[in-house]
Formats: sequence, structure tokens, C-alpha cells
Amino acid sequence: MSSKERTHALTTVVEDGVAVVTLDLPGEPINMFSRAVRGEFAAALTELEGDTSVRAVVIISGKPEMFVAGADINEFVAAKTEEEATRLSREGQKLLGRVERCRKPVVAAIHGTCLGGGLELVLACHYRVASDHPKTAFGAPEVQLGLLPGAGGCNRLPRALGLRAALQMILTGRSIPAAKAFRMGLVEELVPPAILREVAVAAAQRLAEHPVTQRRGPRGVTAWLLDRSAPGQALILKRARAMTLRQTGGHYPAPLAALDAIRYGLANGMEPGLEHESELFGRMAATDVSRRLVEIFFATTALKKDPGVPAPAPEPRRVERLGIVGAGFMGSGIAAVAATQVGVPVRLKDAELPRIGAGLKAAAGIIGERVRRRSISRRDGARQTALISGTADYSGFRTADLVIEAVFEDLAVKQGVLREIESVARPECIFASNTSTIPISRIAATASRPSNVIGMHFFSPVHRMPLLEVVVGARTAPETVVTAVAFGRRLGKTVIVVQDHPGFFVNRILAPYINEAGHLLIEGVPVDAVDGAMTRWGFPVGPVTLLDEVGLDVAAKAAVVMQEAFGERLKPRLDLAALVADRRLGRKNGRGFFLYRQGKKAGVDRTAIALFGIAPGAMPAPDAVAERLAFAMLNEAVRALEEGVVRSPRDGDIGAIFGIGFPPFRGGPFRALDAMGARAAVETLERLAAAYGDRFRPAAALVERARRGGRFYT
Amino acid sequence: MAVTSGRRVAVVAGCRTPFAKSGTVLKDVGAVELARLATRELLERTEVAPAEVDEVVFGQVVPSVLAPNVAREVSLLPQLPRTVPAYSLNRACSSSAQTVAAAHDQIVLGHADVVIAGGTESLSDVPILHSKRFAEMLVQASRAKSVRARLAAFARLRPRDLVPVAPAIAEPSTGETMGQSAEKMAKENHISRDAQDRFALRSHQLAAAGTADGRLTAEIAPLFVPPSYDDVVTSDNGIRADTSLEQMAQLKPAFDRRYGSVTAANASPLTDGASAVLVMSDEAARALGYKPLAYVRSYAVAAVDPGEQLLMGPAFAVPKALERARIEWKDLDLVEMHEAFASQVLSNIQAFESDRWGRERLGRSGRLGEVNWDTLNVMGGSIAIGHPFGATGGRLTTTLANEMVRRDAQFGLISICAQGGMGFAMVLERR
Repeated sequence: MSSKERTHALTTVVEDGVAVVTLDLPGEPINMFSRAVRGEFAAALTELEGDTSVRAVVIISGKPEMFVAGADINEFVAAKTEEEATRLSREGQKLLGRVERCRKPVVAAIHGTCLGGGLELVLACHYRVASDHPKTAFGAPEVQLGLLPGAGGCNRLPRALGLRAALQMILTGRSIPAAKAFRMGLVEELVPPAILREVAVAAAQRLAEHPVTQRRGPRGVTAWLLDRSAPGQALILKRARAMTLRQTGGHYPAPLAALDAIRYGLANGMEPGLEHESELFGRMAATDVSRRLVEIFFATTALKKDPGVPAPAPEPRRVERLGIVGAGFMGSGIAAVAATQVGVPVRLKDAELPRIGAGLKAAAGIIGERVRRRSISRRDGARQTALISGTADYSGFRTADLVIEAVFEDLAVKQGVLREIESVARPECIFASNTSTIPISRIAATASRPSNVIGMHFFSPVHRMPLLEVVVGARTAPETVVTAVAFGRRLGKTVIVVQDHPGFFVNRILAPYINEAGHLLIEGVPVDAVDGAMTRWGFPVGPVTLLDEVGLDVAAKAAVVMQEAFGERLKPRLDLAALVADRRLGRKNGRGFFLYRQGKKAGVDRTAIALFGIAPGAMPAPDAVAERLAFAMLNEAVRALEEGVVRSPRDGDIGAIFGIGFPPFRGGPFRALDAMGARAAVETLERLAAAYGDRFRPAAALVERARRGGRFYT
Repeated sequence: MAVTSGRRVAVVAGCRTPFAKSGTVLKDVGAVELARLATRELLERTEVAPAEVDEVVFGQVVPSVLAPNVAREVSLLPQLPRTVPAYSLNRACSSSAQTVAAAHDQIVLGHADVVIAGGTESLSDVPILHSKRFAEMLVQASRAKSVRARLAAFARLRPRDLVPVAPAIAEPSTGETMGQSAEKMAKENHISRDAQDRFALRSHQLAAAGTADGRLTAEIAPLFVPPSYDDVVTSDNGIRADTSLEQMAQLKPAFDRRYGSVTAANASPLTDGASAVLVMSDEAARALGYKPLAYVRSYAVAAVDPGEQLLMGPAFAVPKALERARIEWKDLDLVEMHEAFASQVLSNIQAFESDRWGRERLGRSGRLGEVNWDTLNVMGGSIAIGHPFGATGGRLTTTLANEMVRRDAQFGLISICAQGGMGFAMVLERR
């Protein structure tokens, strides 16, 4: 046995004629296939090919739960032109081509995450052994960054898995767990982590004796018809293209480019296919869409490391017991997420037993849904469900580290809960209010320990919405902030810290947007036209659908608060209270702007708008509708930033994207404003103000930027 | 003052599920889940730091073959570290009282400071067995090496082999069922039907009062019935506030149609439920800031020949426990007697109060003592509340300890008769 220290990332040990190459990027929590690593890898290959004592190679990771996370995104960002990005892709392809053509068998031993370039590396190897660990998963997330697999993935994946399975991985970017990868034939063996290495070495030795080159691939008549035959492939690709167009609204070119790369490779063979793949990769890397998506990726990554207060940040307190007051929709949602994501015991309190039962049922339902989708095992589901217990008194709250209230949106009620918590819980217990409209400082006004009071504004439904606004009150202590931020992150949320202004950030920029939708409806623009304009603009749902989803009662209440705080500018034109009086609460009671059948939206309910005596008629151009709605939001975002509601344009953009579904390809309100330029934005707003009223008057900070020519991101 | 050697053992708190007649509201919950729900609520209410728990001991009389060690399923609650060891025991109907005794012993020995004791039973969920012949065939088939051999294993199969076998509540040694034993005791001890019915009525009336004024429900964790959570059960469903002697008199005897006196009304019903008790060393309780409800002063078990009067165990266990406690019957301020059957309770009381029994069977100069009906089963008993075999001891311990606090009683006793002719008794003290 000989052992040689190679370079930083790669270590090679030769045992019984098998070179085990361990990838372990020093000083990094993850393995990336960066340029430096690629260089080392190439050198290692050359040496191993020449080393006569080596008969086969095993590639394994030295990280605890990570094989390779992918390429180094910074390299794409640094690429200034299409050509440069294409060159990067070619380099990767060439290296993996060398692996594939290596005369000695190369076996991948995969434990942990295997994504992007990691997956492409594995595909280029001659044999794959994966661990059956829950963290072992395979994915091609490139399209999520506006790219496509550019190191041979678009060509090798369809050949390995068949067209349909490959499309699913490449077009969705979703990871598949190891067991499924084994069933699909992506890996040849699935073994417990403890014997991964020895099984891989044994496989390498076996292959050195009896080389096997042909992969199995999908079998059966259907597979042959759809995955292998040319007409079948054409049909599948056509369908996939239609579906992609429908889902992306034509805003995202990368999935279409990936489809093109796959099609071309299947039609013209590997070498031309690779070349075409690289060209498309370069083209995609240079798109604005990809830039925006990469920026969002970096922003969320940076937010994950942001403690939420300026340095030096105190250590967050440990949260090992969670109390939730209010077993309604929000409370039970928070309970379920805490049980599944954090695994802490949750005590769910409500005044009446049937409400608690309903809350437990809702929480169990959310966990059960995860079991049904096989994202967790039945046993884990049972364990998580058992973490949540209900109570009608405050038993179980004495040792809670954090209590989140999700009771009725009423100042006195919330203050009452706070008073009760302060009397039963330990002095260091943090009290977080899940209010969406009431200022934290007002809730904390009657607190005996206001430094422990904070806002944690979740979005509904809690288990689906990725954003959390942590709201800092006037007297909230930094330690409370970092604890709430850290816990929110453990809940799996993207957390932005916002100041205690009415509406905080998300509802603040939503208010004029929703109001503008009301203006349009009153003017006679049909509901479908209003919503359609915004989905075409890139939102997942339009503002009227959003109202129904949020709940008309909730929205009506919020509208009052926002008008009280900001006056004429945020005065609603459409009186939502009139709809609430007509027992229209939106989706939750099946009556809103839309009709619902068995919980599913079933067209516009014309009687809703008829309440206002409006006969829909006018059909303005969709662009004009979208312009009014979008600029109402963009303008308000600037005001909020200027008032310090969000700490940075980054936080504002992330809040808008993850909180409202602001189109990611536009990068968020501030990226969108930077893209069009402040001057153009001001001109548009002035034009809108002249036509529709003072509410469109451009924010002072925007005017100032237009005058000086500055950008939000520098 | 503790009379056992070593450390003093505190009953800190107790909690139980509602007790429900088998086949009713809790029928789909299962014994393991009931045990976990009772224990989880005990943990939540006491907020004992999970890391402090040294052991979990649980009792179950008819365990499931799928989870034979129910205690471990309890100690694997996500509220506890996965490293808390656990064992289950079976001393028939006194099982969960025995778990308190087991906790006591481990604490006295210094092996543990904080123990969760308890018990569970679901008589809606008893294991139904295959016939012996069919079971043999299944085993043979599972060992078969080929499909052919596997099929051959079933060649002897006859239709009657497929008739399932439900376990009866009968003495394996005598074949006598519990009801028959109670019937025998009623006859031999001359306990009249009327006396039995009056005792049963008392049980229902006191349990109804204890439920109405919240003393009984205080120890009950409201149970949100999984998996739908649509129903919430907050109290025991066997208690009948409106029953009367006239109604009871109409029932036919269940075990001896002609000359019998034991009926469904004067016997405890088959019941689903679980109980959990937090037991600590006195030092640990103080250090962790708990105010114990009561302390274990002594306990004792005894057994009689099952061929004699099967449920007379308490008549021997109680004097033994009192002797160990160095107190007399008259010193007891409260007594909680398990009511398997009215005839069994009255037979045991007859023995306590009999000079002849005292002289001949206990070697005393006279009787053990006279029962003060104002201090016996003051919130009713198993006839009304129900009797999930494995859980009753934990309920009695909790009910007694809580009531001792309410009454500021110094000494309390629990007494349980159990299958196999066994009796269990435990003396609790407050100061």
C-alpha cells in the first residue's frame, strides 16, 4: 500500500491495485468542482493512467454528508461573455470525457448530496455505488439558476436513464433520493454507508478483471417506445416543451435550451451533442434571467449567514421547547413546521378543546402530507406528530424558550396573551407575535420585559411559504433578534429582518398593489384581466386570486391599518369590508372573488363584483394593467427601503420574491428598478400620476436617484 | 418518615388518559399510543427536564406481540432522549402499582433519581391467536426452503384450524374465569346481590361527584383521538350518574344464571386506558423544584392459592404493608381499593373486619380494623371509572396522592387484587 499526499483537495491511496481518490476541499463545508479542483483532477488522472500499479480507480468524498455540490457558481458569474461560459462548459466536458475514456475502470462511491457537476462526474464514471443514507440524493439543479447541465449532463443523463426520467431531473431541478436513483438505474448498487468504500473498491477490482461497458438503461416496451424510438422521443420532447412553456410563461429560457440540447444530442450523437450543449450553456449563462437567478441564490446564501443584527452579534439562545398560543391555521402550521424541521417539542395552546383538536388535526395533516409524498418515512412522521401536544391551559409553557402567539389579530387580545406568558414562563422566554399588521412596539407597550418581545411574521400557508419577516420592536434586544432569526432559519425559512413599521415590508408593498387592483376592478376591468396581466408579468397568481388566498377578512383588516398609517396614498378604492359583510372570506370559506368547488377554484364569481354595481366592460391592454400594478409596488418598495423598513435592497428583493412571488427572473423590485434605470421609472410614475392620481407620485428617494443617476445595488 | 431503609421516594405527579369502555371512543387508539399519550401529558404538565429521566417502567397485562416492551415505546417519545432505558412488567392487575414499587426500589438503591412509572391496556386491542395447529403450520411454512415444501406444510389444514382463539380472562391454573371467582366469593362469603349493587351504586355516585367537581378530571389528560382528532375525550365514559338500584336489579347474573349475584353492573367493565406517574428521590424532587404529592412509606405483595378464593390477595398484602409501614389500619386517613368486583371488595373488607380472620389467617390477636366508609374510595372506583388492567395501579396512586394533598391526609393506602391470587398494597405518607 502506498500513500501520497497530492494537493489540497485530492488525496489518493492505492490499495490492492485500486487507487481511491478522496475529494475533500479544505476549509470548505462542501465539495465544489471548481477550476482548481478540475486541474488537480486532470493531473491525478494523468498520473493514475500512467501508474502501472493502479488497475482501477474509485472516487469518493471526504465530506461527511456531501459528495459534490456542483461547479463553482462564481466562475460562471465571472464569465463576461457567452464565449467564456461556453469555454468553461467545454473544459468540464473534456475532463469528464477523459474519465469516460479512461482505460482503467473508474467507480464513483457516492455518499451525501450529489448535484450538478457532481452528478455529471458520476455519469461519466464506469460504475456507481451509492449509500442508502437519507442525505444521499442526486440532482441537476442548473435550470433553477437559469442554466443547463453543461458538462455532458444533457447528453449523458438521457442515455443513462432514458428520456423521460432525464427530462424530469433536468427540467425540474429537483433532487431524487438514493433509493429512487437505484430503482431508476442511475446507480448500479445501493449499500449501507459503512461498507460503501469497500463495495466500491471490490467493484473496481471486479471491473478491472472483467470490464463491463454497457449500461442497462430503461427496459420494457413502453420504455422502448418513448425513450428509445425516434417518434417516441419526438413526442415526449414536444409535450415537455409545451408544458415548460405553460409553466414558465416564456419567461425562463433555460429549460427550453435544455430541451434543445437533449434533442440535438439524441438526434446527432454524443460529440456534436456535447458541442451544442456547451454553446447553449454559454448562451444561457449570459442571459439576464440567469444573472438574476444567480444573484438570488447568492442573496439567500448570504442571508443564511446573516445573524440579523450588526456585528458584534450576540449568540442566539437555544430554543428547545416551543410554545404556540392559538391553534388556528397559522398556529398549527407553525407547530407542524417546528416539529418537522426543528424537531423540538411543541405545546399548542388554545382556549377551547375543539379548536385544539382542529389544530392538532391540521398539523398532523401537514406532516401526513410529507409522509404521503415520501419526503419522510412513516415512522418519522409519527415521531414528528407526537412532538405536538395540545392544552387548554398554560401547562407546558413554564420552560418554553420561545412562545409564538398566533391568536386573533387584536391588540388587546395579543397583549393579554403576552401578559399571561410573562406570568407563567421563565424571564428569559422570548415572546414572538405572528402579527401581520399590529406594530410590535404597541404589543410590547404593556410588557414587563419588552426586550424579549419580537415579531415573527409567517406567511400563509406556513409550511409552503418560504419567507419569515422578523420584526424588531423599539425595545427588542439584539439577543432576541438573533434568536428569532436563528430559529426561523431552523424552521427552514428565508429570514429577513424588518423594522416595526405598519405592514412591515411584504404587506407594505402589497398594499398599494392590492389597492391598484381594486381601482382597476372599480374601473370595470374584469377579474381575469387583472389577474392575467400579472401572471403574464411573471407572478404565480394575480392580485385578486391572492386576495382570496390571503382571506378577504384579513385583507380588509390590513387595509384599514395601512390607510390609518399612510393616509390617502394607501386608501383602498374597493371596500373589501363589503365583501366580508356578504360572508365572502375567500378560499377558506369557499366564497370570494372566485367560485370554489371541492376546494378548487372554479371560475370568477360575478356576483362578487356585482356587489359594487360594476358591470365589467373595459379591456385595457394587459401591459397597461401590469404597469399600474407593478409600479404601485415598486414605488412603495423604494419608500420602505428609504424609511429603513428593510436593511438593504437585497432583503427587500428576497422579501418580495419569497413573500409575494415577485417574478424571480426580474430579481426583485430593486433589481427591476436598477434594470430599467431610476430615470425611466420616475418618468413612468409621473405619467401614471398624471393619468390616475397622486398615489403614483414617485418616491422622493427614487427621484433623487434619477437625478444623481445612482443604482440601488452598487 | 420513611420506614424502608435508604432514600425517601416521592410521588411527584400523575396523569392518565380518560378511561373508556372497550370498544368505545378509544378503541382505535391502541395500548402503546395510550401509554405514550398519558406519559407525554405527564411530561408536559410537570415539564421535567428530559435529561433528568433515568428510567421508564410500564405495566401491561396483555401486551401486543408487535410491541412487547411497551415501556420502551414510551421512553422513545420524542420528548425524551432516546437513551432512557425502559422495561415492562406484568403483575396482572397490580402491574402499574408494581411499576411505582419498582421505581421506588431503584431510587432507594440509588440506581435512579427520576423514574416514570405507569401502565396501559387496551382491551379493544387484544391479540387474537391462531389455533395451535395452524400456528405450527405457519412456522413450518416459514422455515420451508422451497415453494413445494411451503405448500406441503398446509396439507394438514382443516377448516376448524382457522377458527381464531381469543384469550379469556381465566386463571390458567384452574380454568376459572374472573367472574366465576367473584361469583364463588359472593357465595362463600355470603355477599348478597343487594350489598353488591349498593356498593356499585356508591362507586358510580362518588365517581360522578368526583368528575363533576373536577377532582377526578384533574388527573385526566384530555385525549384528542387520533388520527382524525375530531373527538376529544375529557372524562371516563363508564361512570353513570343516573343509575339506580332498581335499574341494576333488573340485570341478569352474568356467570351463574340461576343462583348467581355478580352482574355487569356490580363488576368493573373491560376498559381502555393508560396512566403515568412521576416518581423521584426526595433529593431530586427538591433539587428540581417539585413539591411532592406524597411519599412511598411501604408496599407489600402476597399471594393465595388460586384454587381458594382467587381475589383475596389484598387481605394478606394489606396487613403486610401496614406492618412494614409500622402503622395500624386505624391510622389510615384514606384508602383506595381496586374494585374488580363488588363481591371481591366486600369479601376483602369482611376479612379486614373479621376477628377470626385476623386470628386464624394473620396470626393477630384480632381483626385488622374497621373500614371507615367516609375515607374509602372517596371518588368511586374501578366499577364506575373502569379497569384497564395494566393502568389501574397508576390511577389509584395518582388519585390517592392528589386526594391526600386536598385533605392534608397523613397516611393513605392502595390495595389491588390481581390474577393468580395475588394482592398488592402500598402505603403513602405526606409528611
